[in-house]
This record gives sequence, structure tokens and C-alpha cells, in this order.
Amino acid sequence: MSLTALAGIILVAFSTVLLLGLFLLKDRVKASFRDIPAFTNFKKSIGTAVEQGTRVHFSLGAADVTRERTTASFIGLSTLRQITEQTAASDHPPITSSGNAALAVLSQDNLQTAYHAVGMDEQYHPSSGRVTGLTPFSYAAGTLSMIADESVSSSLLVGGFGVEIGLLTEAVERQDAFTLSAADSLPAQALVYASAKEPLIGEELYAMGAYLNTGRTHLVSLYVQDVLRWLIVLILLGGAAMKLLAGVV
Amino acid sequence: MKRYFSPAIAIAVGLLVLAGYFFENSSVALIRQTFVQWAVFLAAGAIIVGVLNLFLVHLYKIIRKDKERVYSLFLLTALLFTLVYGFMNKPSDLVMVNIFNAVILPVEASLMAVMAVTLLYAAIRLLRHRPNSMSVIFLVTAVIVMLGTAPLPFYQLPLFADTIRPFIITVLATSAARGILIGVALGTLLTGLRVLIGAERPYGGK
Repeated sequence: MSLTALAGIILVAFSTVLLLGLFLLKDRVKASFRDIPAFTNFKKSIGTAVEQGTRVHFSLGAADVTRERTTASFIGLSTLRQITEQTAASDHPPITSSGNAALAVLSQDNLQTAYHAVGMDEQYHPSSGRVTGLTPFSYAAGTLSMIADESVSSSLLVGGFGVEIGLLTEAVERQDAFTLSAADSLPAQALVYASAKEPLIGEELYAMGAYLNTGRTHLVSLYVQDVLRWLIVLILLGGAAMKLLAGVV
Repeated sequence: MKRYFSPAIAIAVGLLVLAGYFFENSSVALIRQTFVQWAVFLAAGAIIVGVLNLFLVHLYKIIRKDKERVYSLFLLTALLFTLVYGFMNKPSDLVMVNIFNAVILPVEASLMAVMAVTLLYAAIRLLRHRPNSMSVIFLVTAVIVMLGTAPLPFYQLPLFADTIRPFIITVLATSAARGILIGVALGTLLTGLRVLIGAERPYGGK
């Protein structure tokens, strides 16, 4: 076994033990978050959408489900389920757009589950979870018309995006709708920072579940993420110090 | 039954794929390879479902006599033509190649060009949206990097191309990018683990 694989196993095992351990501690793990205005404003926009009878739109990106980048879209899916449960009674239920067919199937499944959970199965319509294109830019082009035509007042762009996210944030801004944008790739994050009113940078995307109360595991997961980050910082500093000392001695 | 069956399959397959990733020269690696191939095959099957979804959404728009139904009609016509023609001929057929080279490629390139304009507009608006020091740093850095990258008609600006831009790219930007990527990697790891322990179920079901 290579050294990289061994390090990987240790990291995964340590994270799993920490995740399960903190989860079993139940209420002893208290939530204390730093303020991220994007999440507060997103919650407000959901309330406004329900009151005004407008739609919430979820864009899940175009990442392939067989690749690791799709985890960003999974965050979008869990948020989709939670928000759909909250807004199921609205006149215009949420809609989703995906640039990957498998992701669209998953979004339909999550929508159906959410409506079933609140006992409003009749609200579900397969066309709520759409594929708008199968290449990044065709996906963006298809989603642009969706944002313009479906009386969207709040858009959540969360997933595996590339630079095409710039077109989407611009379209949402033109509709004077609220937009919460987060992507996993660096070029997309730079674009989001410049073009979106409420951008999420770096690991803030993965804190979404904890901030929006999607589930207890999301909160615990955020704690584990913080612990691992500090460990990595210590390892990096230790490595740099050892290298420095080796040079001196 | 589905409530337990789907997570059981997801967790078992996930663990085997993860084990195959770490133990490269073992039988688990072969199992991992097979599962990944199945996933690719299923994803390809999902494309048919996706295209059908696209077709039905636009067909519904035409039947409902939506305002923008002419575009839907155009899309469906093009979709059916390429589908039928593609089945009847090989992908290397001249018409198929031309459809790709003369329609899809230029349209995507045009969207990329629109993106460049959009980005410029967004940069101008940035200080109005978020008038803070980070926005100023963002814009100043962008301008410095562009000054060091763009070919100027008469002469190169001293220092920009050979000193300031390389320093920003190789030291400042790279270190910041690594920090962001470590955060993203940790988030990806934890999301994967949540799926593996069945706490996160992107495949639906409670």
C-alpha cells in the first residue's frame, strides 16, 4: 500500500470516528455559528416567495454524478428537499434545473420525497425537475429562459459549476430576484464573487446544511470539518518549522 | 422496504468503491472498477430519461401555448431531426459533423463571449453591491493581472509582466487557491462520509 493511500485511510477513519462520536453525543454539541448574511437573506427570500406566490429555483450544476465534484450538487439536493417541504403549500412550488441527466432524476426523486413527507403528493410534477441542457453552456442557456419565464423570485445556484455560472447569476440579477450562489471550482467562485449579491466562497458551501437546519449530521459534519482544518493548519505549520530547522541545523 | 433497501445498497457499494480506491492491487480494486463502469452505464441510460424530460417540458409549453413556444418548437424540431438523422447515419457523417462544427460550437463560443462582457459589467457593479475593502482588492488585483497579461500595442509596462503579475499568480493567488481547495476537499470528504453512513440520501427516500 502506498503512503498516500495509508494517509487517506487514516484521514477517512479519523473523520468517520469523529463524525459518529460527535453525532452520538447528541445535544452536548451546541450550535455556534459565525454570521453569514447570505443564509439569513436566503431564509427571508423563501418567506417572501411563499407570501408573494412566486417560485424558488434551484440550479444544481452540470457535474457528472460519477465524479467527486457532484458532492457540491448533493448539498443543493438536501437543501432542495428541505425548502420544498417548507414551501409545498405555495401556489408555485420550487423548480430545479440540472445540466446532468442523472442529477435531474435525483432532483425529481427528492422533490417527490419532500411532497410525500408533508402529505402533498399531488403537488409533485415531473416537469419541476428539468434537464435544461447536457453541456455546460447549453445548460446555462436553457436555464436562462427558465429564470425569465417562471416568475422566479429566489434562486439557489449550488453545485458543480464552471464559468457558465456567471451567465446564470447575471440573469437572476436582471430579474431583480434574490440569488445565493456557491460552486466548487475556483474560476466559478471568482465569477460568483464578482457577479452575485450573496456569494459563498470555499467551504461555506458545505456549511449550508448546518446553517439552514437541514439535519443534525450537517451540524456535526461542520464541527468535524473545523477540527480537520485546524489539524491541517498545525501539520502545515509543523512541516514548515521542521524544514526551517533542518535548514538551520 | 425501499426505505432500507436503497441506503443498504448505497452504503455497501460506496464502501467497496472506497476500499478499492485505497487497495489498488487487490480484488476489491476490480470490484470498484466494475461498479464504476456500471455507474457510467447507468448515467448514460439516464441521458435518455433526461432528453425525454427536455422533450416533454417543451412539448407541454407548445400545448399550453406559452409566450415563448416558438423557441420550444424550434428546439423540438432540431432535436427530432438530429436524433433521427443520427440514428440513420454514423456520427462521422458530414452533416452530423457540420451540425456540431457550424451550430453547436459557435453558439457555445458566443455564449463564452457574452460571458466576458457580463463579467466586465459585473466588475463595474461590484463596488455598488459590496462597497468594501475586499471588493477593492479584488478589482485592483484583476486590473494588475490583466495589465501584465494583455499584449499592449507599443510597449510592455515595466514591472507588471515580469515581476508583479508572476508574484500575484505564483505566490498570492496560489496560496489562497490552496486554502480554498483544502476547504472544498474537506467538505467533499465529509459529504461523502455522510452518504456512506446513510445520513445524507441524495437518492431520495426518508
